Amino acid sequence: MTSAPATETHRDTIVSVRDLEVRFPTLDRRATVKAVDGVNFDVRRGETFGIIGESGSGKTTIGRALVFLQRPTAGAILHNGIDPQSLPRARFQSHRRDYQIIFQDPNAALNPRMSIIASVLEPLELARAGTREERIARAREAMDRVGLPQEICERYPHQLSGGQKQRVLIARALTLRPKLIVCDEVVAALDMSIRGDVLNLFAELQRDLGLTYVFITHDLSVVSHISDRVAVMYLGRFVELGPTEQVSGRPMHPYTQALLSAEPLPLPSTMRSDKRIILEGEIPSPINPPSGCRFRTRCRYAQNLCAEKTPEWRELAADHWVACHFADRPNFSPNDVTAHQERTTT
Amino acid sequence: MMQAATLAQSKPATAASSQPLMSVRGLGIRFKTAQGVWQATRKIDFDIAPGERVGIVGESGCGKTITGLSILRLLPNNLAGIDGSIMLGETDLASCSTRSMRAIRGKRVAMIFQEPMSALDPVFTVGHQIAEALLIHTQISKDEAREKTIDMLRRVGIASPERRIDDYPHQLSGGMRQRVMIAAALICGPQLLIADEPTTALDVTVQAQILELLRDLSVTSQTALMLITHDLGVVAETCTRMITMYAGEVIEDAPTDAALVRPLHPYTSGLLQSLPHLSPRRGKLSSIPGRVPSITEMPNGCRFKARCAFAAPGCDAEQELRDAGHGRKVRCWRFKDLDLPGALQHAASSPAAEMVVQR
Repeated sequence: MTSAPATETHRDTIVSVRDLEVRFPTLDRRATVKAVDGVNFDVRRGETFGIIGESGSGKTTIGRALVFLQRPTAGAILHNGIDPQSLPRARFQSHRRDYQIIFQDPNAALNPRMSIIASVLEPLELARAGTREERIARAREAMDRVGLPQEICERYPHQLSGGQKQRVLIARALTLRPKLIVCDEVVAALDMSIRGDVLNLFAELQRDLGLTYVFITHDLSVVSHISDRVAVMYLGRFVELGPTEQVSGRPMHPYTQALLSAEPLPLPSTMRSDKRIILEGEIPSPINPPSGCRFRTRCRYAQNLCAEKTPEWRELAADHWVACHFADRPNFSPNDVTAHQERTTT
Repeated sequence: MMQAATLAQSKPATAASSQPLMSVRGLGIRFKTAQGVWQATRKIDFDIAPGERVGIVGESGCGKTITGLSILRLLPNNLAGIDGSIMLGETDLASCSTRSMRAIRGKRVAMIFQEPMSALDPVFTVGHQIAEALLIHTQISKDEAREKTIDMLRRVGIASPERRIDDYPHQLSGGMRQRVMIAAALICGPQLLIADEPTTALDVTVQAQILELLRDLSVTSQTALMLITHDLGVVAETCTRMITMYAGEVIEDAPTDAALVRPLHPYTSGLLQSLPHLSPRRGKLSSIPGRVPSITEMPNGCRFKARCAFAAPGCDAEQELRDAGHGRKVRCWRFKDLDLPGALQHAASSPAAEMVVQR
């Protein structure tokens, strides 16, 4: 967990995260929750960087920290090589406009008493961008961009469907013309038949506007569809990071293997394997995480070493990073389980 | 692949020949609202055979939860009426007395819900809540009930049940709570377990544990399972038959493999097509245009026609659930003309495809 994933920073790095730690005191203030505990990664310009993990793994905390809604306890988050926290307040305010976030529940994120156009206008007004007419023009342009008809401008959130509300939030994030958008479970609340539309919209906007996404989700099918690279998170740490095809096609960490194997596939029984890895138990408490490798309590390959020593973050294949003592042992990769996992087409 | 389809289709023929455990006919639920009476579901027909595992799938608002609740008559106060019948053996659950309904709930038919924390009472121990049904429905001493409860906790995979029996719900993790709910539902050995989105609130690795448990318990105890979910993957992994609902109606009823390989209703095919699992990575995802019609303005005739790529003038006529042979039913008069893509056709260019090639 000490060495950074890329010691020489990638040329096109838009965000780099170094040794990030975020801790929260428990309610009685007697203990500390290590929500994020030493995470290193770079997000490259124009890519979709997926973060997948189960509840309590710390993925949402990372997302909030990336846009400085959450102050890191330790470590650094650099936007384009600069630490936004070192900027004077006014500069910080204008800087963070380039880094937006969209949340899961569109019902909670929209003020029920504000009309749609007022919600979309709000960021522009806070930023005092241009004249009133220019702001309205930009808001309408953003709504047009996400495929919302102009007649819904004067409507209120309750008059819109879930998919439309999520589009309003996307439009609102776009008004300030950001460089990067953190998308935190943005399709989780949507029905499956409209999920596709919204994911297509994200892809289209990325292509047209050159956006960078950090896509946070618990849904394997979504993350493997949309991401260029994906990081797998477990109990406050990354366990694996690499190109999506690599991670979902040739997972190296036992947790990633179990996660892929647990995903229920909508395929007939003749195409599914009965061999699946069922993990024992559940994710331990982040207040008192296991020593050494945090996954060892549920790992079927765990040895004494795993309790004694924290596995190093190693690049075992090109651009493919894993935190496991045994991931590179030849007899370790369990070929019997990969049959069940999603495979990649090239 | 075709072999697989025929194989799967031959299964239900044997299941159908035996007497169904439950037979639902013409079930409809109406609600009173300030705007008048609304028809939430209508013309629902299906059977569940003893020990069969049936998935009810559909998107939010399609009526799948209401259908589950109506079997146990756990309906909201603004109920205007139930149409049709729900025959469980000789008893019609749609019309039987409240008293006889009470004797059935928890004994012959049990239910578990999505969020175990809100379904469990925080001020009673889990043992108390599991034993409750046993003490109500059977003449059994408290000691015996405790013993049976410990045994049941062990069967649902809870370690050291002798200690866990005295825990309160907040002391358990999400997955353990759902195991407790399953234990409470199965303690009286019901013939039918209705599970409404039982794993939606759980993480995927825990979901895999719970689905395996439900499948195993259903097999070993011969309890029929009616699994209500929006997740086609969950149905594929757990159920032998899949009933698809849309806008308050059953639109397709088929063996799971057959429905996935060759769906007969355009909506079922559209749902499969919209799944990212089955689409090429970073390719354009399909979706079904438009949205589910509102309960206040249901179209006449086929309820899906406004969103359907195959709509024709005949779709304005009222649609019945037609027998399509091989134990399949579909609410589409054009089903013979349409050759709709299923999971395999979609999967041909997707991450799931290579997996098949490997076999």
